[in-house]
Amino acid sequence: MSGTETGYNYAYLDEQTKRMLRRVILKAVAIPGYQVPFGNREMPMPHGWGTGGIQVTASIIGPDDVLKVIDQGADDTTNAVSIRSFFAKTAGVATTTRTEEATIVQTRHRIPEKPLKEGQILVYQVPIPEPLRWLEPRETETRKMHALSEYGIMHVRLYEDIATHGRIATSYDYPVQVNERYIMRPSPIPKFDNPKMDMNPALQLFGAGREKRIYAVPPYTKVKSLDFDDHPFEVQRWDESCALCGATDSFLDEIVTSDRGDRMFVCSDSDYCGDRQAARRKEAAE
Amino acid sequence: MYVSVKGGERAIAAAHKLLAEERRGDPEVPELTLPQIEQQLSLAVTRVMSEGALYDPELAALAIKQARGDLVEAIFLLRAYRTTLPRFATSLPIDTGRMDVRRRVSATFKDIPGGQVLGPTFDYTHRLLDFDLAEPKPVAAPDAEESEPQAAQPMPSVAAILGQEGLLEPEEPGDESAPLTDLTREPLSFPAGREARLQALARGDEGFLLSLGYSTQRGYGRNHPFAGEIRMGDVTVEIQPEELPFPIGIGEIEVTECQMVNSFKGSKTKPPQFTRGYGLTFGHGERKAMSMALVDRALRCRELGEEPSSPAQDEEFVLYHCDSLEASGFVQHLKLPHYVDFQSELVMVREMRERAAAARKAEAAE
Amino acid sequence: MNATDRPLLRVERLTKRYGERFACQDVSFDLWPGEVMGVVGESGSGKTTLLNCLSARLGPDGGRVLYNTRHQGMRDIYETSEAERRLLMRTDWGLVHQNPRDGLRLAVSAGANIGERLMAVGARHYGEIRQAATDWLGRVEIDEARIDDLPRAFSGGMQQRLQIARNLVTRPRIVFMDEPTGGLDVSVQARLLDLLRELVASLGLSVVVVTHDLAVVRLLAHRLMVMRQGRVVESGLTDQVLDDPQHAYTQLLVSSVLQA
Ligand SMILES: [Zn+2]
Repeated sequence: MSGTETGYNYAYLDEQTKRMLRRVILKAVAIPGYQVPFGNREMPMPHGWGTGGIQVTASIIGPDDVLKVIDQGADDTTNAVSIRSFFAKTAGVATTTRTEEATIVQTRHRIPEKPLKEGQILVYQVPIPEPLRWLEPRETETRKMHALSEYGIMHVRLYEDIATHGRIATSYDYPVQVNERYIMRPSPIPKFDNPKMDMNPALQLFGAGREKRIYAVPPYTKVKSLDFDDHPFEVQRWDESCALCGATDSFLDEIVTSDRGDRMFVCSDSDYCGDRQAARRKEAAE
Repeated sequence: MYVSVKGGERAIAAAHKLLAEERRGDPEVPELTLPQIEQQLSLAVTRVMSEGALYDPELAALAIKQARGDLVEAIFLLRAYRTTLPRFATSLPIDTGRMDVRRRVSATFKDIPGGQVLGPTFDYTHRLLDFDLAEPKPVAAPDAEESEPQAAQPMPSVAAILGQEGLLEPEEPGDESAPLTDLTREPLSFPAGREARLQALARGDEGFLLSLGYSTQRGYGRNHPFAGEIRMGDVTVEIQPEELPFPIGIGEIEVTECQMVNSFKGSKTKPPQFTRGYGLTFGHGERKAMSMALVDRALRCRELGEEPSSPAQDEEFVLYHCDSLEASGFVQHLKLPHYVDFQSELVMVREMRERAAAARKAEAAE
Repeated sequence: MNATDRPLLRVERLTKRYGERFACQDVSFDLWPGEVMGVVGESGSGKTTLLNCLSARLGPDGGRVLYNTRHQGMRDIYETSEAERRLLMRTDWGLVHQNPRDGLRLAVSAGANIGERLMAVGARHYGEIRQAATDWLGRVEIDEARIDDLPRAFSGGMQQRLQIARNLVTRPRIVFMDEPTGGLDVSVQARLLDLLRELVASLGLSVVVVTHDLAVVRLLAHRLMVMRQGRVVESGLTDQVLDDPQHAYTQLLVSSVLQA
């Protein structure tokens, strides 16, 4: 099958590479939370800008798919626009900003506020996949620690937080345990989004291009955020509500509106906020 | 009024247009042609080919033009292109012993069979700006005497000479039927085999390898190097088609090879002898080839029973950080929005400050 | 046969070579529950190599190290999987390094250093972990107020006591000690030895302690092995060996201490 951009294959990658990636993804799905190494390809975007997620998406996308791409929760951030147009160009797929219409959602740093459904796939862009990395820099050692479930050191870090700050001071990329086995980094999503990963009906795929790892959380898989019995995991809360749609249950971005430090808070998920605003307008008109 | 700080399609298109204008510069100045870059910026071209891992001077010149002379960006362009290319065959190993040599120096022997050939080198030039170059000059007629083709004389490698006495560790070819690691298709895994290491170093950033190689000379993983031999010239690339009983040449490429010879006092398992570090680049890339050879030797420390103690000897450190695409992309990704993470941190820091302030107040009240 | 009828550790003809040289050769002994075995010798005598082989950190070239596991009886530790060995290391066994910096996490607090082994075996209650850390600081005579301080800020003696607490918090059955008082001032050494003797006795620990310092074994060890050039040249009850040395080398060791 030829793509719409002359000179390149459908969805950019050659079919052999896609087969390799699909095999890796299948393995990742079979071992939830386990980081499967793969032969990363240079993509026409820089590493750190979503090359892992893009390779995952490229290997699973088909002509009937509908793609949504978000960065920081929004569809109109520059990098999301750039990735979306890449797939529109190389795979000729339909794109959408509406979460419920998408078959594949590629994301950087957020999980959509609207609940995902069975059959949808959420593809995360991952900068650093290894949850043990800051505690142990050697790959040879971290792989062994995963193999042997030697995870005590993760709690040492949480212990230190509580001892120093009276609370667990990790606010994003908060480590989780998948299917009661592997410790996993959820990518730098806010911990606000962590509970959405647990028992989610959608398939969650994680791609780290520069670090050459793919991992997965299959549908309806247990995902537990690490904590202590007497210091349970909790998510961010805001006193404010969204200035545009009034939501009190969404992750809010802080917008500085003047040089005197005036601020307002709005939903980071532009699709969710837009729907709520439309509903409000409709209500007001009635 | 809330003004969106988020960009969009229009902003990207406008940025691309500006970039194209800046690349072209003043339209009064004639536009660069690819042959000009290929011929007159040939060392930039060879660096881009080496680290871009694709021997194609014309495409490298195009990448340099498109990247406005930013070589790391040009390397990126070439790599992203090459990764989509189909593979027709795997070449046989090139034989640098049969090189059509244009430069060849050894720092270990005063005279060597085949002689020292200085060739086109910056060495021994005085680094004085040559103002004559400021204006284009008519091409001088070729000097008949110098362009006389030299009688080809055999140039055995210095390594082979040392090897005859058993003074230099032999370079055993590995099991040729065993599949070689191919870093363009497989992820790096540790401990990495030497072939994977050399592949990574060959594609590695010249500046990074230069500094690492330099650090070994200053004592951070010292390995007593001598430049056994540096040779530069053309070699034939051959493939062995299944249906033919002999290999056929498919073209010539220019390469620079460095054989570093390092003294070695011996270990529990190895006798005292000279050991090697190896460097190879496309085109004329002496600085890179030498740096690569120093780092290759440093990374062999474990195999030779030396205690690794310095960055250049740390395989994971060197191989994970030598690729300019990975490094440049990840450093620059900090430009991407991190609103969500930053907001998460803001919320937490504010809460912690409130808590601390409340604690201080309570303390003061007591 | 029940577990106490057997030694905790049985070492059979343990041999380790470096090239042609024997670092230790044909070493055999049993270690019983609650027993402290001292290994003395000069540097290069092979005692540290022996300790490394015993504590599963250096595979021997010959012989066996059998450990009386809680559920599977006597097992050759080098025939267990790496997973089993690493689990033993953080539960049943302790390892006290000569330099406490090798055995501590210097970048995390004293409390976390002690709590780590508990968390590694599944403790998930912050308050209880902290209580255990507080108790153990007390037992090794470190002011409880230092619980959130980094070990870097501790004196050498305190670091060594912290390393001991970090090892003992999971109630190991065997502790391997490599020159536990090495590098400390004499007065600090005496206090540490007293503390060790009290802890070993009250916890009923089995210990293999390697040292060049006869005062350490005199105070701690029930039995003694004297090593020279990789071989055990004399062994027996500590007082017997030290008071009535039979081998010429032991006599030399003992007399050199007396003269010193
Ligand atoms: Zn909203």
